[in-house]
Amino acid sequence: MADVQNTTGSTTAGSIEVGTAGAGAQLAGPGTGRSAVASQPVDARVEAVASYDVADFPVPTGREENWRFTPLHRLRGLHDGTAEADGGVRVEVSAPAGVTQETVDRSDARVGRAGKPVDRIAAQAFSAFEKASVVSVPKETVLSEPIRISVHGEGGTAYGHQVIELGAFAEAVVVIEHTGDAVLGANVEYLVGDGAKLTVVSVQDWDATAVHAAQHTALVGRDASFKSVVVTFGGDLVRLHPRVVYGAPGGEAELYGLYFADAGQHLEHRLFIDHDTPHCRSNVAYKGALQGEESHAVWIGDVLIRAEAEGTDTYELNRNLVLTDGARVDSVPNLEIETGEIVGAGHASATGRFDDEQLFYLQARGIPADEARRLVVRGFFAELVQQIGLPDVQEKLLEKIDAELEATLA
Amino acid sequence: MATLEIRDLHVSVEAEKGPREILRGVDLTVKQGETHAIMGPNGSGKSTLAYSLAGHPKYTVTGGTVTLDGEDVLAMSVDERARAGVFLAMQYPVEVPGVSVSNFLRTAATAIRGEAPKLRTWVKEVKEAMAALQMDPAFAERNVNEGFSGGEKKRHEILQLELLKPRIAILDETDSGLDVDALRIVSEGINRVREGGEVGTLLVTHYTRILRYIKPDYVHVFANGRIVESGGAELADKLEDEGYEAYVKGGASE
Ligand SMILES: Nc1ncnc2c1ncn2[C@@H]1O[C@H](COP(=O)(O)OP(=O)(O)OP(=O)(O)O)[C@@H](O)[C@H]1O
Ligand SMILES: [Mg+2]
Repeated sequence: MADVQNTTGSTTAGSIEVGTAGAGAQLAGPGTGRSAVASQPVDARVEAVASYDVADFPVPTGREENWRFTPLHRLRGLHDGTAEADGGVRVEVSAPAGVTQETVDRSDARVGRAGKPVDRIAAQAFSAFEKASVVSVPKETVLSEPIRISVHGEGGTAYGHQVIELGAFAEAVVVIEHTGDAVLGANVEYLVGDGAKLTVVSVQDWDATAVHAAQHTALVGRDASFKSVVVTFGGDLVRLHPRVVYGAPGGEAELYGLYFADAGQHLEHRLFIDHDTPHCRSNVAYKGALQGEESHAVWIGDVLIRAEAEGTDTYELNRNLVLTDGARVDSVPNLEIETGEIVGAGHASATGRFDDEQLFYLQARGIPADEARRLVVRGFFAELVQQIGLPDVQEKLLEKIDAELEATLA
Repeated sequence: MATLEIRDLHVSVEAEKGPREILRGVDLTVKQGETHAIMGPNGSGKSTLAYSLAGHPKYTVTGGTVTLDGEDVLAMSVDERARAGVFLAMQYPVEVPGVSVSNFLRTAATAIRGEAPKLRTWVKEVKEAMAALQMDPAFAERNVNEGFSGGEKKRHEILQLELLKPRIAILDETDSGLDVDALRIVSEGINRVREGGEVGTLLVTHYTRILRYIKPDYVHVFANGRIVESGGAELADKLEDEGYEAYVKGGASE
């Protein structure tokens, strides 16, 4: 199989310059990604079901391709209709002047515009939420302060729907922070207008008991740029589904992610980038560290370059750093290319053990082992943070990482 | 007065067919202020000696003792040895992605000195030490050893030597991979530290050319995992003329 199951030192990498139009699955070999793509074409899953109605999705059994890594019994009923909303999740939005906030029904044209739910929990959330929250940045408005959304669980169960909309040429940074204890199913939509620039930092810093499953779908407009930073540290089970679709040519998406799975945590990120429009770019880089018994990280990176998407340039990378025995990583990059007229396409996935030579080098300079370990893991994440290109965001993230490592790598 | 005493040191590594003995009874005493050159052919065990003294986990000590002023070095963890004053400039320094040189140096100095150096004097100290080694200040913001050329890595090792001021400095082939200019600059750095008179130096090298810049008090010939001959600086001249041939016959490929 393509996934890296509990093995370290495994690497897949590849790049494709040109494929043949209409030739079907073109694979980014060499490596273990190959067999997976061949046996499980991306679009077989993509086209499977997409619907606003939960009834269109059977209750998963765990044998389905998109559920096979997820421990269903820990979803607290989000997947089978038994989790009932009780309102125990508080959402607060604070936004600078010029930004509008509304609460709307599901009939509002902006709700569901980025795309339909693609799995049962997202559809459940869509079917069950009461009111959607819409935060809009008017066209040509450039915010100097971030919009902050705090999602705080008070031990309850909730279904949410959040839309963030940027008008043409608007620029904004949005920080969404998830804290506390909750069972949450949600959809988040990003509507990025033509020429607009949206950066979203979504931090999952839940208490150890929380369960969070969400679909994040971005619709990227003409020459628009969407930058997403997903940081998942806390929670018993977090399953996120970041998706990008392009509304017009010239769009650019950068998806960065960091996760740290501690003993018993299941952290799953399933990305999908649908290149269905010419001359768009995407770049994905997710890095995770794991430690402790039953820590489990799942990373799925599906990129589909459709026949009409000539001029596409895409690259995706996932790296995992395994700190102790007992951790498990499933990392599956999938790249499917239906046109040869592209600029570039590649992927890399690697899972490695903590490098004892680095530890030795630092210790040989007097740095105690636990501090040396923290430095190395911090460095592993910092390498990715350095790429984000927004100093304020980077600094805050490094503080977050330091706090997390202080707590977990003592 | 710092004294490193190595007595009958035996060290093995885990090889494919079980443990393989590399060091076969090393005896050596290095005192503060002294410089000892250890010279020997490739594969004779010089790096094994250096790494074993620093405590690298790959090497298992199977016999003998190492003490620093009577303290049992072999009982210490790697970082404890460093804090006790043992410094190893590595033959192949390790890259540490995402950790900047400046952060690394400050963390190390804090650990060795037992308290964080005052920021203002520290910045100046680092700047001056880098300038003396003709290192571009931009290196401070780069990640440790990442993408450094061989020579840059060696300068970075000696920069640490100057900043961390150890009692025993083990320099493993610091001269290899350096061109003539770099060799001079790096040697001057080592000499600045030696001139303080506080450090005992163990200079591990294959070639004699670094000894034109750094005058050793003692030269030891290392072959097949032990010291086979010791003498003064003149022994290096003999090695220069005759090579190691006389020492390796009969045992090199065991
Ligand atoms: N893991 C290992 N398995 C088997 N042999 C090993 C292992 N590690 C080191 N050795 C051997 O130990 C011997 C000593 O190596 P060492 O690196 O100490 O030599 P050296 O004198 O520093 O050589 P050089 O001048 O090339 O740096 C070599 O023959 C080497 O092949
Ligand atoms: Mg060597």
